[in-house]
Order: sequence, then structure tokens, then C-alpha cells
Amino acid sequence: MAYIKLKGVSYKYPEGFLAVDNIDMEIEKGESVAIIGQNGAGKTTTVKMMNGLLKPMSGEVFIGDLNTKDYTTAQVSRKVGYVFQNPDDQIFHSSVYAEVEFGPKKMKIDEKRKEKLINYSLKWTGLKKHKYENPYNLPLSIRKFVTIASIIAMDVDVVILDEPTAGQDLVGTLLLSNILKELQRRGKTIITITHDMQFVVENFNRVIVMADKKIVKTGTPKEIFWDFEALDKAMLKQPYISSLCYKLGIEGDIVSKQEAIDAICKKLNIE
Amino acid sequence: MGAIVQFKNVTYNYPLSDIPAIKDINLSFEKGKFYGVIGENGSGKTTFCNLIRGFAPSFYKGDLKGEVLINGKATVDYDEGDLALNIGYVFQNPFNQISGVKDTVFEEVAFGLENFGVPVDEIERRVVDIMKLTKIEHLAEKNPFSMSGGQQQRSALASIIVLEPDILVIDEPTSQLDPEGTESVFEIIAAMKAAKKTIILVEHKVDLIAEFADEVIVLKEGQVIRSGKTQDVLSDLSLLEHGVQLPQMAIIGDELIKRGVPLDYIPVTTSQAMEQLEKLLNKEAK
Repeated sequence: MAYIKLKGVSYKYPEGFLAVDNIDMEIEKGESVAIIGQNGAGKTTTVKMMNGLLKPMSGEVFIGDLNTKDYTTAQVSRKVGYVFQNPDDQIFHSSVYAEVEFGPKKMKIDEKRKEKLINYSLKWTGLKKHKYENPYNLPLSIRKFVTIASIIAMDVDVVILDEPTAGQDLVGTLLLSNILKELQRRGKTIITITHDMQFVVENFNRVIVMADKKIVKTGTPKEIFWDFEALDKAMLKQPYISSLCYKLGIEGDIVSKQEAIDAICKKLNIE
Repeated sequence: MGAIVQFKNVTYNYPLSDIPAIKDINLSFEKGKFYGVIGENGSGKTTFCNLIRGFAPSFYKGDLKGEVLINGKATVDYDEGDLALNIGYVFQNPFNQISGVKDTVFEEVAFGLENFGVPVDEIERRVVDIMKLTKIEHLAEKNPFSMSGGQQQRSALASIIVLEPDILVIDEPTSQLDPEGTESVFEIIAAMKAAKKTIILVEHKVDLIAEFADEVIVLKEGQVIRSGKTQDVLSDLSLLEHGVQLPQMAIIGDELIKRGVPLDYIPVTTSQAMEQLEKLLNKEAK
């Protein structure tokens, strides 16, 4: 059975805005999934219901056998960590160390393991050199890693990253890829919201497309990025490489750089 | 023709900092051109923008050596109001841009024009036009603080371009936007260029810079490590080693050449790649 399960879930914000409309979603334990779609499609609202920050207006959200409506946000967030879209909504300590320590301390993890977790998360997020820095002295793109480190340090089962690629440079994007790989190696379930289609192709096997409060399609990058109807509906476009292959009439639903290079060479009869 | 913006031996240190944020920059910007500024985070891109707008040193203080000239006059010699008239600056974090004194997006976009003493009926006309152009008409009655990051970014852009400044300095305007929103922002900027504005845009999305910008400036550790025509700069694969992302087409083009595909040059846009590959494929088909 799926580890995360959304059954007929809807959410309406207090001011009356319906943000998510009767969706079903299943994510297996240890899976790494990307959610893509336009601003306002319902992505953030959906994932906030997974860690109990929001409770569905109707329908049910399960994490394992735990129905989130029977538990407090504090309880759910011990299993499911959510990294906010805007790091400034999350950060409230005056040093990177204190910020990252907050979660494990609150969870009353013993001192030795806590230190180990903090060191581990600072190492993987490249923050060791900024340990005693005030997060607000760091650029926004690095502050994002502070919030990621705080969630990793809680050793949660599920890590949700909301637009971690926003504003990242080449080094930051590679760092993110490495973090995703490491978390997966450790059996974590990962859900990532992103607008960077190339990042999706390079890092995820399963993609959920959302548009207008609903799920449009779920599938592999190949299945998603060559389904023009689904892309149109979600106002998305093929990644540059797929688009080049499409325009050149190269078959094979190509998404990766290597596939594209091989296919182009083959068409030109070059080795 | 004289430069509209010019850096003359510019070195700048923030207060209490020994390491210069900008080092030995000499650059000239021509009127009506679109410049993309790229480089890794922390390379000085935002400081570079602040120097043009004069916020460094007027607001941030610190130590400026050399001169930044706007239409031949040093930023430090300008009255703040005159600089604001000449240069529109869209902040990286839209939250920092919102005035905080207006309750609706419409009023927020009108705020700058009010301060410049523009007649009311003209304000209304210009605000309506700009909100249409930036696709935020439906947000007119919203409180600027209750919007999403993407909506705030569009409103911030609208509230600056409505002022019709000659120079637009825009710091990462699309970081919170979806692909469609991002493209529409680039189209808006291209429209500003068509209206003879000079554009200086900081952006990580190099694939779009490749399509739209006339010239590209690459910063690293406060210094300009490359500057020139977009095609020349973005096809320089050695920039990857400096932590600079390059367009997908440049990366794939380079690898194709290494595999023996006889491309005439490294493409930086999809249409450049298409043009060359189609020619080769047609030849092959014959």
C-alpha cells in the first residue's frame, strides 16, 4: 500500500478560495516525486496537507496508517518535514546552528544523536562554514539550504521541498541533486515542487502534473514531457532538449541530453 | 554615442568589510541595449545593480572607489529624485519593494507616479495599461502583501515600468515564477527594449538570456570575467568551470561537435541549433 495517500482531498482557504479540488494521490515509501504546474495550480496547498500544516476540508490524507485528521500538526511534522517556499517564512533563529538545532531539540532527541544529525545535515547542505552565521547575513539562495538543513536534521521519513531550485545557481542546483540522492539512499520519501523542467528530467522518475486545483497526469518524465495535451493543460512546455528533438522530428520521446546526442548522431550516421 | 551607464575603475566595499564586493570594473552600457548579468550567487550581481542605482553608496554607505556614471554624471553627484526618475530598479525580493502604505495593487502601481506629481487621469490610464501588459489586472483590488511570490514579482515589475524610466535594472524577476510567467516577463522586458529602454537584467535562466539579451556580463568574486555579445559569451564552455550555467543548446552543441558533428559554431538558442542541424539532416537525407 502506498505510504502517502490522498483520498478525495479538497481544500478551501478561510477567505473562501478553493485551492485543491477533490484529488487522489499515492506515493510509495522511498519514492522521489516531482510536482510541477503553474503558480496557483494547488501544488503548495497539496503538500501542506501532507504534513498537517493544512487540514483537508473534505477527503482524507494518510501517512502510513496515520490519518492526519486524528493528529496535530506537531505530531505529523515529526514524520513529514516541509521546507517552505520562502525561507524567510521558516527561519527565526539568529544563527544557522540554532535554526538547524530547533527541530531535533523540540523532538527531544538525545544530545549525542542530535549533534550527529546537525553535523550530518550541515555537511550535506554545504553549511559547515556558515554554522555560526546569522541566516539573514547569507544570500537568499543559501538561506534556502538553511531551511533544508533544519528539516534533514529532524530525520523525518518524508521530506517535502517547495521550489528549492528557485534562484539557485549551477553549484546550488548540483548541491540539491546531491541532497536528493543522499536522502533517497537513506530511504526517505521525497516530494519536490519545482518550475525547472530540466531539473525534473535529471532528478526524478515520477512526475505529478497539476493544473487548476487538480491532477492532470502522473508519469515518468518521458510520459509527461511528450504528452502535449497534458502540457498544454498545465501551461507547461517541453524542456529545451525534448523540444529540439521534437522540432527535428527525432523519435523516442527524448528527455535526456545523452539520449538526444546519441539520437542526433545516429540520424546523421555518425558512429 | 556616449554611454548611458559607465563604470570607471569601480571598486566597492560594504561597510566593515575588507573584501571588495565589486573589484576593478570598467564597463560601458549603450542606450537601448539589453544586457544580461550572470554569475554564481555571491558573485556581486546585486551589488552591481545597487551601484548603478546609486543605493551603493548612498544607502548602503561603504567605500566606493572610481565612478559610476549615468549619462556622464557620477551617481554620487545626483539628487536622489533625479536618479529615481532615470533608473527603475526592480528588487530581487519583491517583498522589499512593496511600499507598505497602499492597500491595493492598483494603488501600489500608481504610487510612484503620484510621487512624481503626474496628473490623476494620466496616472489611471498608465496604471491600467501596465497592469494589462504585466497580466495583473485581476489582482487590482488585492492587498499587495496577501499575494503569492509570483504575483508580487509581477506587481513589483509593473510598479517600476509604469514610471517609464530610461534605464531598467531588474534583479532576478522570475525566480518565483512558473515557466509561462517567466516567459511573459521576458516578453515584457523585450517590449521595454523595443521602446528604446536600456535593460540590465540579472537572471539565472541563461536559456532565456541567450534568446533575448544583446550582451552578457559574467561576474565572479566581484570582477567581470567575461563581457560581450551574447553568442560569444554563452558559447564559451570554460565558464562552466567558473560555476556559471550555460544554455542547454551550448552544452549539447559542444558535445555534438566533440562527437564529430560538423556544426559551424556552438549554438546558444534552440533556433540556432535547429538551423544548423536541419541543414546537416537535409544533406544527409539526399
